[in-house]
Amino acid sequence: MSRIDDILVVGVGGQGIILATDVIAEVFLRAGHDAKKSEVHGMAQRGGSVESHVRRGEEVHSPLISPGAVQVLVAMEGLEALRYAHMVSRGGIILYDPLEIPPLAVATGQSQYPEDLSERLSLYSAKVYPVPAFALASELGNTRTQNAVLIGALASLMEIPDTLWREVLSRRVPARAVDVNQEAFALGSKAIVRGS
Amino acid sequence: MSEHTLLSGNEAIALGAHLSGVRVATGYPGTPSTEILEALAAGDHDETVVQWSVNEKVALEVGIGASLAGRRTLVTMKHVGVNVAADPLMTFTYMGVNAGLVLVTADDPGMHSSQNEQDNRNYARFAKIPVLEPSDSQEACDMVQAAFEISERYDTPVLLRSTTRISHSKTPVNPGDRTESRVDPGFIKDPSRTVMMPAYARGRRVAVEERSEKLRAYVEEVSDAAPSSLNRVEMRDATVGIITGGIAYQYAREALPDASIFKMGISYPLPIAAIEDFAGRVDRLYVVEELDSFWETELLAAGIAITPSSLPRVGELSADAVRAALSADTGPPTHDPAADIPVRPPVLCPGCPHRGIFYTLRRRRYTVSGDIGCYTLGALPPLESMHTCICMGASIGAALGIEKALGEEAPPTVAVIGDSTFMHSGMTGLADVFFNRGNVTTIILDNHTTAMTGHQGNPTAGYDAHLADAPRLDFESLVRGLGVQHVKRIDPYDLEHFDAVLTQCADHEGPSVIVVEGPCVLLPTADPGTIPCVSDQCVGCGACLRLGCPALRRRGTDKRAQVSINADLCTGCALCVQVCPYSAIVGEGADS
Repeated sequence: MSRIDDILVVGVGGQGIILATDVIAEVFLRAGHDAKKSEVHGMAQRGGSVESHVRRGEEVHSPLISPGAVQVLVAMEGLEALRYAHMVSRGGIILYDPLEIPPLAVATGQSQYPEDLSERLSLYSAKVYPVPAFALASELGNTRTQNAVLIGALASLMEIPDTLWREVLSRRVPARAVDVNQEAFALGSKAIVRGS
Repeated sequence: MSEHTLLSGNEAIALGAHLSGVRVATGYPGTPSTEILEALAAGDHDETVVQWSVNEKVALEVGIGASLAGRRTLVTMKHVGVNVAADPLMTFTYMGVNAGLVLVTADDPGMHSSQNEQDNRNYARFAKIPVLEPSDSQEACDMVQAAFEISERYDTPVLLRSTTRISHSKTPVNPGDRTESRVDPGFIKDPSRTVMMPAYARGRRVAVEERSEKLRAYVEEVSDAAPSSLNRVEMRDATVGIITGGIAYQYAREALPDASIFKMGISYPLPIAAIEDFAGRVDRLYVVEELDSFWETELLAAGIAITPSSLPRVGELSADAVRAALSADTGPPTHDPAADIPVRPPVLCPGCPHRGIFYTLRRRRYTVSGDIGCYTLGALPPLESMHTCICMGASIGAALGIEKALGEEAPPTVAVIGDSTFMHSGMTGLADVFFNRGNVTTIILDNHTTAMTGHQGNPTAGYDAHLADAPRLDFESLVRGLGVQHVKRIDPYDLEHFDAVLTQCADHEGPSVIVVEGPCVLLPTADPGTIPCVSDQCVGCGACLRLGCPALRRRGTDKRAQVSINADLCTGCALCVQVCPYSAIVGEGADS
């Protein structure tokens, strides 16, 4: 697969998606590329489905990645992975946290949470990597570091040195949470077991 | 690119304003404009006054005063806010500025967080003023500075139009040098310029036309191939020429990388001669613009031949939409989206003080006229108890209209409005209810902040744009002053009490107001309660689920499965404890 330039991060409002793409975009820029990121704030942040695009290249035009052109989909929740899976390119990667956050319609019993998630995701990509980021972050005692685990996992797929990722991450998180975020990043960078 | 930093369009506008020597900045919060003033306030520039106004009209009026007093002024709002500010704008354009005034309109194509997707380029033509449109953060920063120069040079307010994709995208910015106004501060007493009564306004009306003439000449001057030109001619392959600007420029560049482009940095007035020249150098000329056919209409009127295309007129454009309309390239192969998966609309937060109000209203046959804020989510299932939402402050007037149209036989009419929205434009509606002998019950949801846009201060919040303490207005005295004497103050988490007060107010002869006082749960001052737990008494009846609380869910897929509480999300508001008919939600300690 060619160099990873187009990354889509999705999840549920409040999970730290914007911070994650801030880190990725800054890493791209500091690695010497043109970089852009885009998201929508406002109403969607109230527990709704959130997507944020990050791109790099010699010259990036649209801040949005076209459907079918996402090289890595990073999903912070299972259902959201499936919702955006069609955005992934042929040969693209889906990296997702199998965490289940039931939307209201599921919680109230009017709708069902998809049960065959990994199977359905595999229809969109041959490279589907579950990363239990929320569970790992819980073990560290800080579930807010779920995004740092996923950033670590993403970084392990890319050619950019870990030191740059770690440096940018430390500058972006609150001072008191730097250490735990670094631990989370380390757990994430070892989380992908590439068998296929 | 190490000298660059990634800034959102809104941060870049704030930076551009700072670099322009802005001394006064004001606005009203509204997505996607809000972060501009927040970024400027966070900059802690001692020389700059940054403040939230109660609404966009007042914001622009404050801005007009500051400009006339010889200080560069920035005024920010979302697209629909310009409707509110349109009254002063349409006359300020006659007066002209003293120091520069830039009005930022942040439009929302696709309606990510808005009630409509009006194209505010139309205001430029309507008010006969220039509008600049950046297509990334660097341009947003630079164009604010250019806009101030134009404002002072041509004695005109200038619109800067952003859109959601500009305001909320981050792209690299390398800030330029600081510029300052050459205007000396001080208010110049010249009634023929600043008192717009008919005799003086007629004189200024002529001045506006003279200014328009000069602006049309100016936009021709800044249309050429130089990279720094506001209107930039990019000649590539001559087969296809595209007139575009704003975020649509980026989509056009991505979709048709070889096409020649006439990039509109100043969207109005149009450089007709320069575009005619460009048209003569390409085989086919397209216009790629988001929302209205604004440029196309102007260009067709000027007799320039445009090749028709099938670009959508509704919603946001994208590189794919441009590709599909203008080229044979089909783009990357795509999959079908996954079918039959549950949607995830935004919801009221766990512990939100609005929840119990809508839960109670849902059980009545009342007609509920709603308003703009987080609480508009009360219109969605399972709460489903808001029946109108039009624009800021419309709830009370609309409720009065429903009542007047249907008379006494109709179910009671209730208006629901937030504290910031009431201050914005609800007060006048309430005075109208009083004056016209209405019976409307107005519920003011006072959560002590402008919550949906991210907790900006307002006159009832107690803090200002710098998050410093601010004077706080008392709702009860305000409402009494507007003529409504039947005023009740309630706790949003006591459902039984609210239920009784609601009935009593609805039965009351004459207007009534219920002030629901409960701070937004996301405010740092919010006081968490005890997390309840679900006992074995739970029969799975689902009564609590009708609260629409994200912390409650059934334990399984069975229709009568017991409910559980997610202790990570629960704030202990205890509404579920109150609505459970089997007293099955009790006590301390969580289950999860």
